[in-house]
Amino acid sequence: MTAAIHEHETPYQPVFVGDRRKELDALFPLYPTKMACVLPALWMVQEDRGWISDEAMAEVAEVLELTPAYVKGVVTFYTMYNQHPVGKYLVQVCTTTPCNICGAEDVVAAILEHTGCTDLGITSPDGRFTVIEVECLGACGFATPVMINEEVVESVTAARVPEILAGLK
Amino acid sequence: MGYPQPSHERETPVLSKYFGDRDATSLDGWRKRGGYEGLRKALSMTPAEIVEIVKASGLRGRGGAGFPTGIKWSFMKPGDGKPHYLCCNADESEPGTFKDREIMRWTPHALVEGCALGAYAIGAETAYVYIRGEFTEPLARMREAVREAYDAGILGTNSMGTGKRIDIVVHKGAGAYICGEETAMMNSIEGRRGNPRIKPPFPAVSGVFAQPTTINNVETLAVVPHILVHGADWYKAMCLSSPKSTGSKLFSVCGNIARPGNYEVTLGFPFKDFLYDLCGGPLPGRTFKAVVPGGISVPIQTMEEAEATKMDYEGFIEQGSMLGSGGVIVFDDQQNMVKQIARAARFFAHESCAQCTQCREGTAWTTRIMERIRDGEGTHEDLDTLFSIADNMTGKTICVLSDSCAVPVVSGINKFRSEFEALIKKPKFHPVTAAVA
Repeated sequence: MTAAIHEHETPYQPVFVGDRRKELDALFPLYPTKMACVLPALWMVQEDRGWISDEAMAEVAEVLELTPAYVKGVVTFYTMYNQHPVGKYLVQVCTTTPCNICGAEDVVAAILEHTGCTDLGITSPDGRFTVIEVECLGACGFATPVMINEEVVESVTAARVPEILAGLK
Repeated sequence: MGYPQPSHERETPVLSKYFGDRDATSLDGWRKRGGYEGLRKALSMTPAEIVEIVKASGLRGRGGAGFPTGIKWSFMKPGDGKPHYLCCNADESEPGTFKDREIMRWTPHALVEGCALGAYAIGAETAYVYIRGEFTEPLARMREAVREAYDAGILGTNSMGTGKRIDIVVHKGAGAYICGEETAMMNSIEGRRGNPRIKPPFPAVSGVFAQPTTINNVETLAVVPHILVHGADWYKAMCLSSPKSTGSKLFSVCGNIARPGNYEVTLGFPFKDFLYDLCGGPLPGRTFKAVVPGGISVPIQTMEEAEATKMDYEGFIEQGSMLGSGGVIVFDDQQNMVKQIARAARFFAHESCAQCTQCREGTAWTTRIMERIRDGEGTHEDLDTLFSIADNMTGKTICVLSDSCAVPVVSGINKFRSEFEALIKKPKFHPVTAAVA
């Protein structure tokens, strides 16, 4: 709770200035409405900030001539938009049926153990890792796929976990 | 070349020929392999002529529903004065399916070419390629391929020097299974929550941005240039069983099997040979128990059914299932079907968009009951309740996500009832009773 109050005390720095603004403006001619740029704009926010705060949603709303409530409605629909800060590495383990039958639960347990995360969704005390389960990464033949930030590591087994995590700086 | 292993001699590699070949990803590499000849040929024809060729080829949609592609394209009325749109469905998120991922990863120009060709055929100047957000590598490859195609004048205001305008926009999704449903995808492209829309109006009348729209799967679009180059008869001749199912099809194979991966076979191929010969059969010391042949939304097959199946749209229906998206999930004797069906139900509960009551509540109830049975806390009444919920979830909602959740549950109970009963009959440990005794 205290942390949240402090965040609000820091003045919000807008995302859509300079090059980012130009990048967004370049998208407008690709779609007949400005509203269609909501998803791309939210991706830009997340690339820069790692998550999407209420203030960022308000900014997206302003630049796209929408309401903050509308933008929040969109953000909350899609699971990939982080509504809270996450660790330096967001580790997403696929545990849907095809991976589940190939041992995904063991992979989750090994990752939790080796990252020092107490539970899924709880960032490790050193702030480096947040581990979550994800529904189908679409790489079922390479079970178990694990997505670490932007990269998908294929065919992860519990035994490979220490080596994979050690490769992260 | 296949990926991760070379193509089997009994495969028919049309789309998968260059999987694993890094050179094929660039424009130069793709041209050396005959790329963009289909588009060049198409641009010298009228859209109506192209539609007739695709109709004659017998090509059916590869995303799951199997609707004839040429007929779908013919719904787009030329000269109606409205902007037309093509949406390419690259949201591939049906558990068990990972074929579009490999098409975009290894042969992105095949899809760029297919999209440009499809757009021209339906009178569209803009094609949106909606790629799921988790597909970071396919997204990067597609963006690079689109950029190369613009630089080479294949896309843009003067496509291949013909004076025709074709634009392709890669649109990144943000994590929602339901956005693979065509109307939800259109809402998502418009910048809305990915809720499916009621049909009618159908997309060909009022689709994305309320304009006439055609939505095609990646695999469908990627194969059209081959049909233009080699002709409808060549494609139609690829048929081993039902004449209504023509061409080659990519099947993604995963689960408890010796060689998982993508396999491309002519439709009508015997499923038994496919599983035991091409995919190498079960893992050492194990036996197959069940197969879900078309992504988690289709009915589960027993091995008896699977081994009697001809792999085409009609063949899978004859043996109690559907071809769906071609995502083959294999379960062996080490797996408990109740646990896995419960996990599938949880998937649907997580992915329900929650618009329709039957789906929002039904997927959650189904999951709770399935997990209760899995944990040894179920009753015989629960099985009746599951059937009753499934009945209320089937054919009563805006889209078929609800039906898809009911399918594995109903087929699972019908075909593997003994596994459910074994868990229900399991004696329970009651701490209170034990303490009194």
